[in-house]
Amino acid sequence: MALQQFAPIAVMIVMAVALTFIILVISRIFGPYRPTSRKNAPYESGMKPIGPGTRRMPVKFYLVAVLFILFDIEVIFFLPYAVVLRDLGIYGLVTMGLFLFILTVGLVYEWKKGALEWE
Amino acid sequence: MVIGGITPEAFAFGLFTILTLGGALGVALNRNLVRGAVWLIVSLFGMAGLFVLLSAPFLAAVQVLVYIGAIGILITFAVMLTRSMTNLRERFTNQWWMSAIVAGLFFLFLLLGVVAPVWGSLSPDQAPAIVGTTEQLGVSFVDGNQFVLPFEVVSLLLTAAIIGAIVIARHQEEEE
Repeated sequence: MALQQFAPIAVMIVMAVALTFIILVISRIFGPYRPTSRKNAPYESGMKPIGPGTRRMPVKFYLVAVLFILFDIEVIFFLPYAVVLRDLGIYGLVTMGLFLFILTVGLVYEWKKGALEWE
Repeated sequence: MVIGGITPEAFAFGLFTILTLGGALGVALNRNLVRGAVWLIVSLFGMAGLFVLLSAPFLAAVQVLVYIGAIGILITFAVMLTRSMTNLRERFTNQWWMSAIVAGLFFLFLLLGVVAPVWGSLSPDQAPAIVGTTEQLGVSFVDGNQFVLPFEVVSLLLTAAIIGAIVIARHQEEEE
């Protein structure tokens, strides 16, 4: 793979990093800078911060993250198939249908167990 | 195109190696595990760049989407789930030495596997000029002579993982 094909991505990364620093430097140079302890405090919806910032999270978040990864990987497997969708025809459709069917069993289980609910 | 005796490939390889190893060092040396997770993302991004240099653009995209986008978040959640893991105060214990020795042995083993001619000697010039395009990948997933069976087994594996994740997380919720 010619590296030149990735030049646009490299340019975008460089621009994004440069823009971040330019914005920070310009606002520091031209903006008023009068810090107080109240202004420097972590923002917590306008309230005074309560407790440590590193509280334990409920396991619910972890479940959502795990399920997200699994369906993310599913999408990754769809992508190469979608690129050659028309060349593969019915055979490809059946193969991918079986793949999707097995995963749908998992989705139905997830749905029935109420893992998608947020109580 | 060569600038100052360094080809763009060599420059990119150096940059991504620094990102990968530097990020890994950040993970290993940081006392704060949340910061360690951020360093891990830097390291994974370096790996994505190395995949591009290895003519595997699809893997590079997957590396960014799945590893940085999903697993990075998962590890951050795992750190935040764990009690007082954001503030490690422990210093070296005997267990750390044990794990250091085991990790070092694994690294040596891995290094031997890469350097020693276990799979026949291959020099970079002999490497075939294959570019694993996304189209070829899509065809090989459903081709009966290639990877159709592993491909279907993957869906079983993912389903098992979904069910396992729900069972474990629900069980923990009931305990709390």
